[in-house]
Amino acid sequence: MLDVTTHKTGEAMVVSIKGDVDLYSSPQLRKTVIALTGKKTPAILINLSDVGYMDSSGVATLVEGLQQAGKYKGKFKLFGLTSTVKEVFELSRLDKVFDIYSDEAAAMASVA
Amino acid sequence: MKPKTKQQIPPQRAVDADTVELRLPADPKLLKIVRAAVASFCEIIGFAAEESNSAMLAVDEACSNIIKHAYGGASRAPIIITLRRIDRGLEVVLRDYGTKADPKRIKPRPLDEIRPGGLGVHLIRSVMNEVSFDATIKDGNQLTLVKYLREA
Repeated sequence: MLDVTTHKTGEAMVVSIKGDVDLYSSPQLRKTVIALTGKKTPAILINLSDVGYMDSSGVATLVEGLQQAGKYKGKFKLFGLTSTVKEVFELSRLDKVFDIYSDEAAAMASVA
Repeated sequence: MKPKTKQQIPPQRAVDADTVELRLPADPKLLKIVRAAVASFCEIIGFAAEESNSAMLAVDEACSNIIKHAYGGASRAPIIITLRRIDRGLEVVLRDYGTKADPKRIKPRPLDEIRPGGLGVHLIRSVMNEVSFDATIKDGNQLTLVKYLREA
């Protein structure tokens, strides 16, 4: 099962995910993301440093989050992608669509 | 004590040494098992970590499609996955007994459309060398994926 936790840093909400994101676990991630965009959270930063695997359902969940945040001009950014996850984004050509940062500090600096 | 002799297996019961067959219900929570099996098999046949991850992604996406589209969600209906070592690579055959896929509808979508969903087929085609549906199958679907070892 996926471990999804959130913590607030300034105006930003950091969502940390631990585990594999697949067809079974992505609904759990979606619930958190949709709750945050539903509350019009100004900045959502997704920490993927503990995600060893992500399939297209996980990618689709993040695309949905990006689009929902875009509707209220919120920021939705990713950081800490492992090489396997990075490859899925590159194959999907979504690495240019998302703002991707190496770590939390860099992602935070981008929304400050 | 008599020395142990190698057990004689009748030919009809012998299993191909280069083939592993997995039979499991179409349940998303079991995809983890599929990924682990594909990764281990790829390691045994000499795939590099990157190639192994790609094959794992393709098989996982294919199983997800079977669960979502052929069976319409989690079910006890079977997915049979055959992993086979072939000359210079891996062949994976995925068999289901669900709704027949319409080949016209399983084309990858254009990537410039930024929207959730529809990426699975694109990912499978991106990472595998060959992807083919067996149109002669009467009940359900049979998808064959092939990935070749990268030349050293």
